[in-house]
Amino acid sequence: MTMHVDVVSAEEQIYSGTAEFLAAPGEMGEIGVLPRHAPLLTRIKAGALRIKVANSNEEEVLVYVSGGILEVQPHVVTVLADTAIRGHDLDEAKALEAKKLAEEALANRSGSIDYASAQAELAQAVAQLAAIKKLRNRA
Amino acid sequence: MAGGKEIRNKIKSVQNTRKITRAMEMVAASKMRKAQARMKAARPYGEKIRNVTAHLAQALQDYAHPFLTKRAQVKRAGIIVVTTDKGLCGGLNTNVLRTSLNQMKAWQQAGIEVDVTAIGNKGFGFMQRSGARVVSHVTQLGDTPHLDKLIGPVKVMLDAYMAGQIDELHIVYTRFINTMKQEPVMEQLLPVPADSMKPVSDHPFEYIYEPAPEVVIDDLLIRYIEALVYQAVAENIASEQSARMVAMKAASDNAGTVIDELKLVYNKTRQAAITKELSEIVAGAAAV
Repeated sequence: MTMHVDVVSAEEQIYSGTAEFLAAPGEMGEIGVLPRHAPLLTRIKAGALRIKVANSNEEEVLVYVSGGILEVQPHVVTVLADTAIRGHDLDEAKALEAKKLAEEALANRSGSIDYASAQAELAQAVAQLAAIKKLRNRA
Repeated sequence: MAGGKEIRNKIKSVQNTRKITRAMEMVAASKMRKAQARMKAARPYGEKIRNVTAHLAQALQDYAHPFLTKRAQVKRAGIIVVTTDKGLCGGLNTNVLRTSLNQMKAWQQAGIEVDVTAIGNKGFGFMQRSGARVVSHVTQLGDTPHLDKLIGPVKVMLDAYMAGQIDELHIVYTRFINTMKQEPVMEQLLPVPADSMKPVSDHPFEYIYEPAPEVVIDDLLIRYIEALVYQAVAENIASEQSARMVAMKAASDNAGTVIDELKLVYNKTRQAAITKELSEIVAGAAAV
């Protein structure tokens, strides 16, 4: 008996295939999954997934993930892998940095949106494009 | 023949320009293929997360996550504007910015204030110049965007939403339809639209959660939003490259027409000069 294993991240598909067994570093301890496992949803820590590929004498395939979420269905296992090393503090630091950058950029400007000048700028760009199109049609 | 040399120089310069636009066209074409592949690679993650989240939302009726509940009154809205870092890609950024600006204006008229997150140099510059409240921004994502860089700026918006500072979050980007066609679209990210959270299967079943369902759903929803933003950025890059390819092809063609016209003028002046010289010689001989 086998199950289908997908390891996907936001940026790419990392692994896809059938397997007899999968071991993952769950947040509450290592988790082993065999086909027809009960539905399970858990967070996983950074570490290696061990996948025993079906119908092959090869050793287990190792896939490293930097954390994520593991979803188990009786015949399908999906690992939603994180591409970056995540953590509450790390994310917080990134957000703070982004905020700081924005505040710096905001420091020397007035508060209200000047729609008139913004629209004028866009209108100018549109006019330029229209002119290019016209020129092109004439040629 | 003073005119001749100038025209020759002009032809040379247009030819050089054409060389550059041709090269840019080819670079964009090859980058476009890669960007398209990346866009497709990002899809399974978003879909998977959506399925799981939809299932969770259905199973956990009693746990109403703020991301899933619509707020009665919208006082302040957030908008993520995805543009490119570089120009020379036709009307791509202009269209996105126009869509955003129209929406922002509509909000302002309805008494709703707006916070902006700018992704990409063009949008950031524009929003800065027009005086919008840019709460976070990220530029120089390059050709291979990494989620890593997006986490911070997106979290600023998500935190603001959780804290009740904004009541809605939207994203504007250019959707890639095909090489010739891209269109600016605006989508609602938060609260997550109800129709995108339809249950996927009709078999009712319950997960075993580790550590707790609330923790898992919180994590999932944040990743879901990030995946959507990443997908938008990936589509935007594919759109950018194909728009640039088309724009540069048009520029190369235009340069070709200009060269043809200039060559015609050049030959005419050359012939006129020869004719003039001949008639001068003939006239001179007749005088002798």
